[in-house]
Amino acid sequence: MSGPEPVRGLIQNRFEDGLIVTSADQLINWSRKNSIWFMQFGLACCAIEMMATGASRYDTERFGIMPRGSPRQADLMIVAGTATLKMATRIKRLYEQMAEPKYVLSMGSCANNGGPYWRYGYHVLKGVDEVIPVDIYVPGCPPRPEALLYGLLKLQEKIQEDRVLRKRGLTVGSLAGATLDGSADMPRPAGKR
Amino acid sequence: MSAASPTGFVSDWDQDGLDTDEMVVNMGPQHPATHGVLRVELRTDGEVVRAARPHIGYLHRCFEKHCENVDYPGVMPYADRMDYCAAMGNTLGFALTVEKLCSIEVSPYVQTVRVIMAELQRIASHTIAVGTYTMDIGAFTPFLHLIRDREKILDLFEWTCGARLLYNYNWVGGVSHDLPDGFVRATRDFLREFEAVTFPELLDLIIHNRIFVRRLSHVGVCSPELAISYDLTGPNLRGSGIARDLRKDFPYSGYESYDFDVCVGTGQYGPKGSCFDRNWVRVVEMRESAKILHQALDRLEKMEKADVHEKVPKRVKPPKGEIYFRSEAPRGQLGYYLVSDGNINPYRLKVKSPCFTAMSVFHHLAKGMLIADVIALIGSLDIVLGEIDR
Amino acid sequence: MDAAAIHAALVQRFGERITGASLDAGSPFAIVATDAIAEVAAFCKADPALALDNLMCLSAVDYPKETPPRMEVVYHLFSYRHLHSFALKLHVPRESPAVPTVEGVWGVANWHEREAWDLFGIVFTGHSDMRRILLPDDWEGHPLRKDWQDPEYYNGLHVKPTPQMMERALAGETIGVGPFDFTPDNKHVEEP
Repeated sequence: MSGPEPVRGLIQNRFEDGLIVTSADQLINWSRKNSIWFMQFGLACCAIEMMATGASRYDTERFGIMPRGSPRQADLMIVAGTATLKMATRIKRLYEQMAEPKYVLSMGSCANNGGPYWRYGYHVLKGVDEVIPVDIYVPGCPPRPEALLYGLLKLQEKIQEDRVLRKRGLTVGSLAGATLDGSADMPRPAGKR
Repeated sequence: MSAASPTGFVSDWDQDGLDTDEMVVNMGPQHPATHGVLRVELRTDGEVVRAARPHIGYLHRCFEKHCENVDYPGVMPYADRMDYCAAMGNTLGFALTVEKLCSIEVSPYVQTVRVIMAELQRIASHTIAVGTYTMDIGAFTPFLHLIRDREKILDLFEWTCGARLLYNYNWVGGVSHDLPDGFVRATRDFLREFEAVTFPELLDLIIHNRIFVRRLSHVGVCSPELAISYDLTGPNLRGSGIARDLRKDFPYSGYESYDFDVCVGTGQYGPKGSCFDRNWVRVVEMRESAKILHQALDRLEKMEKADVHEKVPKRVKPPKGEIYFRSEAPRGQLGYYLVSDGNINPYRLKVKSPCFTAMSVFHHLAKGMLIADVIALIGSLDIVLGEIDR
Repeated sequence: MDAAAIHAALVQRFGERITGASLDAGSPFAIVATDAIAEVAAFCKADPALALDNLMCLSAVDYPKETPPRMEVVYHLFSYRHLHSFALKLHVPRESPAVPTVEGVWGVANWHEREAWDLFGIVFTGHSDMRRILLPDDWEGHPLRKDWQDPEYYNGLHVKPTPQMMERALAGETIGVGPFDFTPDNKHVEEP
């Protein structure tokens, strides 16, 4: 059929604008990843770069990423700067105060593994992943705003692959994973009926 | 008083002298307006603060221990990271300290380059100070405008030495990179925009704005005696009316040959030494820095280029001795007490950071304020926790 | 007033409680007997010729290898009226050092002395609030002493660098060998 190429649809690049056929997971993930509100957790020098990333030149709000002051209202915790042993308990507490689903982005070498203070820093936590689980590590000292934006975009890709309604493994009673010749490509969890 | 009642019944709602209690409120260490990881415990009676107790140390990164274990050029990156909003000032202070101990004299060309970088950094640092301060007070737009202008300065720094925020630029005996071709012209372009657009806009929209003035001109008043006793320095001291500036009193790196004024808070809208005055000093200092930059750029054009690594020693090994040297960082007097025992590592390096002493007066000034004014006070002292905790 | 004149004024007032001096050093100083520091400080501030009304810096230094082993507390003073500066030093023993406080003379000494206690273990007698300022309240030890050893753990958190990082660095591994990107391909974009 001749004529102009139909405009690809919104989420999955299929069909036309105005008609979206997708799975619930994809829709949920798409809406979550485009509205990541982060808790300002600027500790040290990386905080200045985080502020610069959110400011006029390297804008994060065009991605829907907005700073919030309180952990209760945030999806993402950007740990920007050196975590010290005195601060470690507070980092853990703030992480626990965030509501699910929550993500952590470790910004800068100090938050990744202690950074330049790794050797003689008796009061420096050697990586914030000693106290909280981290999703994305952004290296740099400090990372450029473009690097932080790259990390945030990678986080968006990671969120897109989240399994919200589809659970891992076989669900009881479903045909998921079954094949015609009887061998399943995923092992059945033992003891589950 | 008790309502008149036929049965003489007095409800306890009507009694005077309600039994009130003081509340302990905690601010921080994670707080959008504490300029870093600062925790302040406030004992409040309603909205009025009866006592304030700051807790620091959440960013103690063992700078002084690192200095004892790395060599002198290796201290530079750590010195950058103390006051991360004004990194050029920190490294300049340390380089001058070691040079004084080693008796190294740098060429006038290097001195002029250092002055240019220091004054550009002063403008950038005051930009952040005033921008985030107005954001704390409630005005968001000045922050965006000032960061836009700060990005232009950071472009100049990046062009010269490759880094936006922490440069490792001032070395013992010189600087790390010479100025690129076209730097003078680009800086003059920036200054032209700054003086024509940014600075008048800042004055009109914020500094002489009636809301800003009335919010701050009677808040956080610090008398000169208190300022000297608690070792407030830099814009905090000059806001209280004391006209002392290290660049004039004990000049270094050629500052004696530049013509600029020392900006002092004059109490134009309220008592001298208020938050408004300290902010006013920072704003006017930006204009004075621009003045110094014009003179330095003129001087640079007439000078012939010299090798910036000429006096950088192969191995920095100061003679045995000690020295205390101060320089005027954007936040105040940055003092380095260096004890050398002749080795390639410093024996002891103690840093007197201006923000540490500025914070020590906080508990005194915060008594009797409203909680919102405590935020205004913290911002007006312009603290950077990296420097307080080292 | 230059350093020699200030030293002469101190010696005239306090006699042999000024136990030494070094006036041609980078920062000239006088050594004061430890129990006299509070009076000397008050005199330095109140005397109109000295008028050393500003304590620029209070540092503690550890000298375990000197004979006798000692710690020093150094006061760098400055006068806003006369624009001169001077330093005072105290020699304190390394075991249970105790120094009278000067926080009544210069308000900023409150925090400086807390830091000296925190990092060196020097007790300032008469201080209104002698507790740690930079390190957590339950920290054990005083890290800036020369005989400090990093503990293994603090409340379950590693203090020493993890063995893996230490081995890699000491074995000469260089950093910055090039970008690695383990990102999987983006599955949500149709191939053109």
